[in-house]
Amino acid sequence: MDAASIHSRLREKFGDKILSAEASVKDPFLVVDAAAIRDICAYLRDAEGLQFDVLTNQSGVDYREQGYIEVVYHLYSYAHRHYAVLKARVPRDAPVLPSVVTVWKAANWLEREIYDLLGVDFTGHPDLRRLLMPEDWVGYPLRKDFVEPEEYHGISTSRESLLR
Amino acid sequence: MLQEFIDSLIADGLFGGLPRDVAYLIGMLAAGALVVFGFVLNVAGITTFVERRVWARIQSRVGPNRVGPQGVLQWLADGLKLLMKEEAIPFAADARLFKLAPFIVTIGFITAFVAMPFSSALIVADLNLGILYITSMTSLVVVGIMVAGWASNNKWSLIGGIRAAAQIVSYEIPAALSIFTVILITGTLSMQSIIQQQSWLPWDWFIFHNPFTFIGFFVTFVALLAEGNRTPFDLPEAESELVAGFVTEYSGARYLFFFLVEWGNLYVISAILVTLFLGGWQVPMIPVITDSAFGLNLLQALTFVGKSYFGVILIMWIRATLPRIRVDQLMTTCWKYLLPISFANFMGTALWVLIWPDGFLPAELLMTALGFGLVGYFFYRVAYHLRRSGAQITLSPLS
Amino acid sequence: MSIAGFEVEVDRGGGLETEEMTLNMGPQHPSTHGVLRFVVKADGEVMRRAIPDVGYLHRSIEKISEKVGWHGFMPYTDRVDYVAAMFCNQGWGMVTEKLADIEVPKRGEYCRVIAAELNRISSHLLSIGTMILDIGAITPFFHAFREREKINDLLEELCGARLTYNYMRIGGVAWDLPPGYEESVLAFLSQLEPMLDEFNTLVSDNTLFRGRCAKVATISAEQAISYNLVGPNLRASGVRYDVRRDEPYSVYPELEFDVPIGLGMAGEVGDSFDRYWVRFVEIKESMKILRQCFRQIPAGPVVAKVPRKLKPQEGDAQIRIESARGDMSWYAVSDGSEFPYRCKVRTGSFAAMSIIEELSPGLMLADLVTVIASLDIVAPEVDR
Repeated sequence: MDAASIHSRLREKFGDKILSAEASVKDPFLVVDAAAIRDICAYLRDAEGLQFDVLTNQSGVDYREQGYIEVVYHLYSYAHRHYAVLKARVPRDAPVLPSVVTVWKAANWLEREIYDLLGVDFTGHPDLRRLLMPEDWVGYPLRKDFVEPEEYHGISTSRESLLR
Repeated sequence: MLQEFIDSLIADGLFGGLPRDVAYLIGMLAAGALVVFGFVLNVAGITTFVERRVWARIQSRVGPNRVGPQGVLQWLADGLKLLMKEEAIPFAADARLFKLAPFIVTIGFITAFVAMPFSSALIVADLNLGILYITSMTSLVVVGIMVAGWASNNKWSLIGGIRAAAQIVSYEIPAALSIFTVILITGTLSMQSIIQQQSWLPWDWFIFHNPFTFIGFFVTFVALLAEGNRTPFDLPEAESELVAGFVTEYSGARYLFFFLVEWGNLYVISAILVTLFLGGWQVPMIPVITDSAFGLNLLQALTFVGKSYFGVILIMWIRATLPRIRVDQLMTTCWKYLLPISFANFMGTALWVLIWPDGFLPAELLMTALGFGLVGYFFYRVAYHLRRSGAQITLSPLS
Repeated sequence: MSIAGFEVEVDRGGGLETEEMTLNMGPQHPSTHGVLRFVVKADGEVMRRAIPDVGYLHRSIEKISEKVGWHGFMPYTDRVDYVAAMFCNQGWGMVTEKLADIEVPKRGEYCRVIAAELNRISSHLLSIGTMILDIGAITPFFHAFREREKINDLLEELCGARLTYNYMRIGGVAWDLPPGYEESVLAFLSQLEPMLDEFNTLVSDNTLFRGRCAKVATISAEQAISYNLVGPNLRASGVRYDVRRDEPYSVYPELEFDVPIGLGMAGEVGDSFDRYWVRFVEIKESMKILRQCFRQIPAGPVVAKVPRKLKPQEGDAQIRIESARGDMSWYAVSDGSEFPYRCKVRTGSFAAMSIIEELSPGLMLADLVTVIASLDIVAPEVDR
């Protein structure tokens, strides 16, 4: 199924939950209402003819100027060999989003990573802990306004000379 | 022999006015030290060198070849290095037991050499309990390993120690039962008498005595491998699972002792098998050489050590080839397969001895033919695989 | 750390009193390939749960991409997966080319595929070699590494580096194949074939090896898809899917190869042995691809003309390539400047690592090592 028909099917089903759709760019995507993301994902996985059975990638992008964090879902269907890209935008100061772990188990660690590096809070996630950074790390490194702390537990994060 | 020698020394006035018992004690300690430093340590050390070179050849590597000619002194350098290293004792370890464990292990290993028959005369003590003594003494090793695992206060070491205990205790049973099949034939436990009842002819060896001892040989081999913690039964020190099992926390000389035992045990395992099944030191009478007692004993000792080293290299080969088995598979192998087989062997041999008390020559010849046929088939397969892979093989051990 | 602080459960339900033991496996454990850490809750030898703790190799490669520019990020991608660095090079090249609409010359694509397939063989050799080492046999590991060494030599001839290649460029590859390269690769392949057969008889048919791998950590197809297992791990579960064949990129449509799947040869479809076996067969498929490549490679330039100061237009793009550890997904966002705005890579090991917690209950301690090895987890790929 091509991008346009997937988009129109979703529009039919979810109406105003689909905020906008781009079908003419390199990777056609849909911007959806963040609060409805789990329902949309569950529908995409189960609906006849769509069957997006795998979440290939889930990434967070911090758009500082625009004031939101975008969580991008790259979906793929082994059954029908087609793609879909969903984007959910959450405000930078209160990034809260429903978790899709119940839909795809792969989302477990992907969401933990986004939480770890961008500070997006996934409600309903069973085990939302930092994944890559230490548990007591302050700040979210992939945010554009992240400033590296001077030291971590007494270990300096800068080097006197770049050659050392 | 030793007593007479010391008596003559006392008569010469060497011990001054010391009481006779003290003189005996000193003499025994000196003889023991001679055996340990002159033979046991060297056997263990040289075995490490041989193992490393054999492995290197199997794995298309070079192996140690720098220390001494062809690297033969490598084991000495390694041993000295380990002796001189600092020994770290973990803060939370049970220090006394921790220090004691390697010595328990070493005692269990070295005392086995007391009843080891190298030739018709070259034996420290021909105990009438011979084989029983050796099996019980080598079981002392497991006590040391358990103590080491417990005293290290490390969970990985503890698992290693417990595995060792479970494994060695289980495999004692099939090993002992298979050893009993030989004892049924000989009617004696003495190592020398067992060898004397065989001859240098293969069909007089107990491995070919009857079909049951033939199977019993392999059961004993497997069980002794497991008792010696050798691959595929090296679970207690599984490098990739338990870091290094019970030796994880050891360093320096105490670490050395564990490895001394490990490699020395290879020799003990093969020596037991050679004594029980492969004719021990029996050699044919060759007129010129065996006329003198010295020549005879030298030839016998060379035969014994040679046969044993064949077993040692076989075990090394197995270790280089096979993967390790899992704990549940280990227990299944022992209790479900080896134990019933060894019981059947025991009963079968008992019946055989009842029917043919002096052996049954056609069966012996048949078994010999079968045994050599198996070896021949093995070499045929080796040659087949070499041909197929087109690999070059060099047989010179020094290349 | 909170995961290390387990409460100890004491079972007082009659009989012997037993306590669960919390074991810390890694990060310096010999068979945790790199630095992985597991907190294992064990009941004797049987695991109740093994909780992975990653991040020991986190080098913030994604953050670095935002500071070094489109061209400048290429050497860093090597470090994403240093066992199979070519694929990371290729992934970054492809996602940038997609964003900036760059056409790679045909010869450049073939050079890429040759380099990548050589790298795939070396990565799989490492994987199956260390797997058998973790299971306890030593010799096959050396045999595998001896062959891998020859591939390292070949790749060194190609790009000057043995591990972190930095061979590809946006728009193609850095250098054309050196003179006589075809002969040396084909000579290597023709001697690899009998070695593989020998390896096969030594390892795959070994009863003890099969016993250790059969029915250990079986992953069903549904489970594998839900956890987004990719590459050989997915195929071992019986899903015949390969990005090279089903979402073709580069010159793979012109090449013929089979996609092996797990057949349950040792027990069940999707067990550890199948994962080993799929990798083993893939080595042979890669050899097939390499031979075809040398037959079909056209003459011409190897790299497209790409401006030194590359400024892709605004937008985002994702590409998927089949790396040695499966479908590697690169997502890049451009804001029209010289620097990538965001780059994200989702790797095969990342997904494989997250499934271990679910697989672990009921396995033996020794099986955990088998599972890590059979899933072919490379720590830097998880952490990036």
